[in-house]
Amino acid sequence: MFPRPIEQYGQGTRVAYNAVLPLALLVWLIPLLAVIWFSIKPGEDFTTGNYWGWPENGFQGITNYMTVFTQSAMPQYLWNSVIITVPTMFGAVALSCMTGFALGVYRFKGNLLIFFMFVAGNFVPFQILMVPVRDLTDQMGLYDTRLGLILFHVAFQTGFCTLFMRNFIRALPRALIEAARVEGISEWRIFWFVVLPLMKPAIAALCVLIFTFIWNDFFWAVVLTQSPESQPVTAGITAFNGQYRAMYHLMSAGSIVAAIPPVAMFFLMQKHFIAGLTLGAVK
Amino acid sequence: MASVTTDTPIHSNDPAPRAKISQQAIAPWLFLLPAFIFFAVYVIIPIFQSFYISAYEWNGLYSPEYRAVAGSEMTDLECTELGNRAARTEGCEPTGENVWTGEYVGFENYRNLWSDPFFWTSLKNNVIWLLLYFLAIPGGLFISLFLNQKVFGMRLYKSLFFFPFVLSQVVVGLVFSWFYLPNEGLLNEVLSWFGGPRTNILGSNDYATYGIIAAGLWPQTAYCMILYLTGLNAVDPEQIEAARLDGAKGPKMLWYVVLPQLWPATFIAIVVTVIGALRSFDLITIMTNGGPGFYNTSVLAFYMYDVALSEFGFRMGYGSAIAVILFLIMMVYIAGFLWKMWRDEKG
Repeated sequence: MFPRPIEQYGQGTRVAYNAVLPLALLVWLIPLLAVIWFSIKPGEDFTTGNYWGWPENGFQGITNYMTVFTQSAMPQYLWNSVIITVPTMFGAVALSCMTGFALGVYRFKGNLLIFFMFVAGNFVPFQILMVPVRDLTDQMGLYDTRLGLILFHVAFQTGFCTLFMRNFIRALPRALIEAARVEGISEWRIFWFVVLPLMKPAIAALCVLIFTFIWNDFFWAVVLTQSPESQPVTAGITAFNGQYRAMYHLMSAGSIVAAIPPVAMFFLMQKHFIAGLTLGAVK
Repeated sequence: MASVTTDTPIHSNDPAPRAKISQQAIAPWLFLLPAFIFFAVYVIIPIFQSFYISAYEWNGLYSPEYRAVAGSEMTDLECTELGNRAARTEGCEPTGENVWTGEYVGFENYRNLWSDPFFWTSLKNNVIWLLLYFLAIPGGLFISLFLNQKVFGMRLYKSLFFFPFVLSQVVVGLVFSWFYLPNEGLLNEVLSWFGGPRTNILGSNDYATYGIIAAGLWPQTAYCMILYLTGLNAVDPEQIEAARLDGAKGPKMLWYVVLPQLWPATFIAIVVTVIGALRSFDLITIMTNGGPGFYNTSVLAFYMYDVALSEFGFRMGYGSAIAVILFLIMMVYIAGFLWKMWRDEKG
């Protein structure tokens, strides 16, 4: 193990380490703690300039959060985010299960070329797609609709998901597939009954990753939507910024609400999330 | 498709049914088809379209097409050439179709870019982003070394250190812009304890870009940290022990024994950091919207968006030209990545 386990050091070092650890975390999370602090302070504090001090009239508890929920378009934005994120997640994962199977199991001419096309497409800057995709979405009558965003996200995320799935399927024991073929099972049934059950960990990992990526997307949200009826929460919060300028207590409560779903997803599915992100970090 | 090699060996004394072979030949294409159509329509074709549009001047609109009214003195061609004026011209009528209004300008957009100071500011900022973003890699390595211990509650510590990566960049941007507030921000509050001058970081031409990059480094460092933590988990303990017996420790051990084993993690950290740096858009939009002044904190990704969907009229052609430049820069890295993948596949 590197560095040397802390137990092998002297008493002094051990105590110091255990003391520095929480301090370091505190410093690391200061920006976040600051928002949480803001979100439970009363609004007057910000007009009187008492930004960081103890609130004069006591803490607000969840009052600011309630205001955000009842007096702004926040619920609508959150709902839009859900409507955009969940179908994208299922769509991209379903498509990439198939592409991953096709590219990971079969050997045919052009296999690597198609695989590289998906990989490269996943890395291109968004801007090279922006004008044509916006135009296409508009032509289909889907500009400023949630469906327009979903369709694009599914297509784009399929690139990343294919990279992931194909490498995962590659690592599965081939003997299983060979055995199934000898039994005369059709290719579709091999996919459905043999390979798919083995892909559960990969599917779980991709679901959490895609959920987070899409929930946090901002660029496409502002390119393809513009009204509160279809904008997800990341874009909505900037509109919010206009509505509640300098009302930091509400803005910070709103930001926290917007951040909760991916954060909850991360903490609930931590193992899968990290397995997904660090795929390839180990040989 | 003729030269498909199937995985199931086909013995001559055990002839596989023809249907079986062709099924194995067709199956991959059927599995690929839906995703391929999606990907082609939304990713592959738009790349080429952007190249095409970059040779045009286009405001993003379509205009109605006109034709000559039967029996009038006008011809279809004349009506078309009149453009929108045909609506007021006797003898022309709309066909009901809309036509693209792009106007061919050749390399004009690229020539204009060359003499556009904002383009160069954006490019310069892109370079700064790229260089400084690399700090996330040693930063992440440092934190991961610090956290790679087995003490009580370490799992929770690790997830909390990773936390910033899960937040959307929009939230990170908002949080940091409050942190930097000229008078009330926490940063200035702390600086004033030490007698430092109060600075308006995001309002300053000199510091704004660095302030935004610092915000971006927060989640990016967390990402690199998690990559290295996973990598450190897989470091071969026997090699470490052997090196320790040979008297290696501290930085020497890190450099000669541990880092080489961490190369896969470092490689991915480089890839995601470069891409993260070149995709920086959200933070700039949220924190400064390109300001202060004209495009002082802009990068190509931001400038492209701002030009193409400008409130003073869309300039899709010019925007596409910027996108093409950004794409070509990114292509260098993509090609490198693919080359490595190709080598790994072969080897």
